[in-house]
Amino acid sequence: MSGQTLYDKLWMDHLVEERDDGTALIYIDRHLLHEVTSPQAFEGLRLAGRNLWRRDSNLAVPDHNVPTDLTERQGGIEGIVDATSQLQVQTLEDNCVDFNVKQIPINDERQGIVHVVGPEQGATLPGMTIVCGDSHTSTHGALGSLAHGIGTSEVEHVLATQCLVQTKMKNMRIDIFGSLQAGVTAKDVALAVIGQIGTAGGSGYAIEFAGEVVKSLSMEGRMTLCNMSIEAGARMGMIAVDSTTIDYVRGRPYAPKGELWERAVRSWKNLCSDDGAIFEREIRIDGASIEPQVTWGTSPEMVLPIAGRLPSPEEATDSTKREAIRRALEYMDLAPGTPVSDIPVDRVFIGSCTNSRIEDLRQAAQIIKGRNIAASVKQALVVPGSGIVKAQAEEEGLDKIFLAAGMEWRAPGCSMCLGMNSDTLGDGEHCASTSNRNFEGRQGFGGRTHLVSPAMAAAAAVTGYFTDVREFLRSDSI
Amino acid sequence: MRSFEVETGIVAPMDRANVDTDLIIPKQFLKAIGRSGFGAYLFDSIRYTDEGQPGQDCTGRPLNKEFPLNQSRYKNASILLARENFGCGSSREHAPWALEDFGFRCIIAPSFADIFYNNCFKNGLLPVALSSEVVDTLFQKMYAEEGFRLVIDLENEIVKSIDGATEIPFAVDSFRRKCLLEGSDEIDLTLKSKDRIREYENLKKQNYPWLFQSNTQ
Repeated sequence: MSGQTLYDKLWMDHLVEERDDGTALIYIDRHLLHEVTSPQAFEGLRLAGRNLWRRDSNLAVPDHNVPTDLTERQGGIEGIVDATSQLQVQTLEDNCVDFNVKQIPINDERQGIVHVVGPEQGATLPGMTIVCGDSHTSTHGALGSLAHGIGTSEVEHVLATQCLVQTKMKNMRIDIFGSLQAGVTAKDVALAVIGQIGTAGGSGYAIEFAGEVVKSLSMEGRMTLCNMSIEAGARMGMIAVDSTTIDYVRGRPYAPKGELWERAVRSWKNLCSDDGAIFEREIRIDGASIEPQVTWGTSPEMVLPIAGRLPSPEEATDSTKREAIRRALEYMDLAPGTPVSDIPVDRVFIGSCTNSRIEDLRQAAQIIKGRNIAASVKQALVVPGSGIVKAQAEEEGLDKIFLAAGMEWRAPGCSMCLGMNSDTLGDGEHCASTSNRNFEGRQGFGGRTHLVSPAMAAAAAVTGYFTDVREFLRSDSI
Repeated sequence: MRSFEVETGIVAPMDRANVDTDLIIPKQFLKAIGRSGFGAYLFDSIRYTDEGQPGQDCTGRPLNKEFPLNQSRYKNASILLARENFGCGSSREHAPWALEDFGFRCIIAPSFADIFYNNCFKNGLLPVALSSEVVDTLFQKMYAEEGFRLVIDLENEIVKSIDGATEIPFAVDSFRRKCLLEGSDEIDLTLKSKDRIREYENLKKQNYPWLFQSNTQ
């Protein structure tokens, strides 16, 4: 018998029932909730007169709508200026009270982006199945868990049954071998992978990231990588458990303690793909070949190395791709052949579930320290992923570095990644953003997003153009 | 859930690849706490030339006349013809809610993003995956003939021309097909296995007790 992949193991371990029609009932260990995709699910339960299957599996936190402006934030829910946002955050609180669900409230220090909070609190553990009404739930796969986003009907389904009806995905392994160049981060790896396999390349697959580069990444870097699996079309991305994982989880509030901890660690050591496990698709990428990446268009697959030049529609092989390039260039107001480093930046956003953890902020601070943002940059927002990250960064003095450079230091939330609060791009503005999606209008009506790593965002803030962060590192070391 | 058996309707184009759910329904409309009324804001950022606001009455808003759904020939369309990887990006179920509320019952494309595909079936909306070549042909026919209609027969898993002369088979997995045909409540179906779920859970409590710690901190 051939070996099992990590995904096969997680699947088998959560299999409640297999059915003749090819579907299976899969048990869900952890259900994370936020204010945007849960209200209709709670309402559905009410209308059907149903209750929760298992209260203590659920953990809720408001993140998408919360203001990040420190003054507005002080007022809590009542202080949210936008009435519809306020109602949505209030509705989460009311639903959590009504159904007795644990909520980390808006101004609790542990509040933050749900995908930062879960791992940080130890609510995300290796070997779990984790779902949330948010596609970036793939983030949690970094801890050796099976984690994916679901729609609101499935949120209701999990609340009521603790299970989901699933069909098994195919297995894909992305092996990133060798090592990364200095200045190249997990974000660049994620973008390079998407550039190679395309935004639908992972559709129908569960991706396992492996190889020396992945093993050498911190947990923060691994979360960045798994976070963007969905941008490659895969609902879930995951990484085998090793000592980095276990060291990260140890001592976190929801993590097991004492004898239970020892027992848990023993079981987690099996959370890796066996030798000889079969992957329907395997991709190998040389880590040393990856350059700092910048997206130029309106899909994450429209990505180039910093030294690249924008494509022309004529380069495309078919009419749909040609039209996509033409439309993207038009939306972005960029000409074919433009060097990436000639694209001006109006705003900078450092944050989101992709890149708002302490390591991300340290990387940005390292570049910005002792420098100022360019006069042409209207705003540079730094939005920590949680209150815990914020406190840690302040303890390290990172907030002072950002503020001294002319950046803004904000309260935690999803912020300008999708602009459901007041942090948005103006019509036509270009943004160097550490978030995950460069779709039309994603960060604001008419806004133009360029996805980059935190270090690249900081470098762009300084020069006002996309700039190879390695030049900064070289000059810093002289 | 509304059931789906046979749909005969006008076909409208969404002629671009990688249509993301942000494009289907922009984020400002996700602040609603209900499930209905999203149809007025479907494809809001390309359907109107101004920026829409949640709860806004759209009757006086400036329309993008180039956008197919604003053209009289596609009025009352119930079948959307699209390109590769339709519905990628955010998992927001507001996307199928908006499509369904607008009046669509079926989307035909060469491929769909996984989460969106799954969400459609929970809302009486049928995503039909056909080969790129077949989709190309349908686009040509639709552009050539004003009022072009198709018949979507889920029971028999075929797309038919209106005269019945052409039949294109498609496949939907049997569980989803059955649920959609019957308009089933999936939670009720799953709860039929509640004893099995309890049994699994009890075994799990013994083997993985740390997964059942209280989270009341």
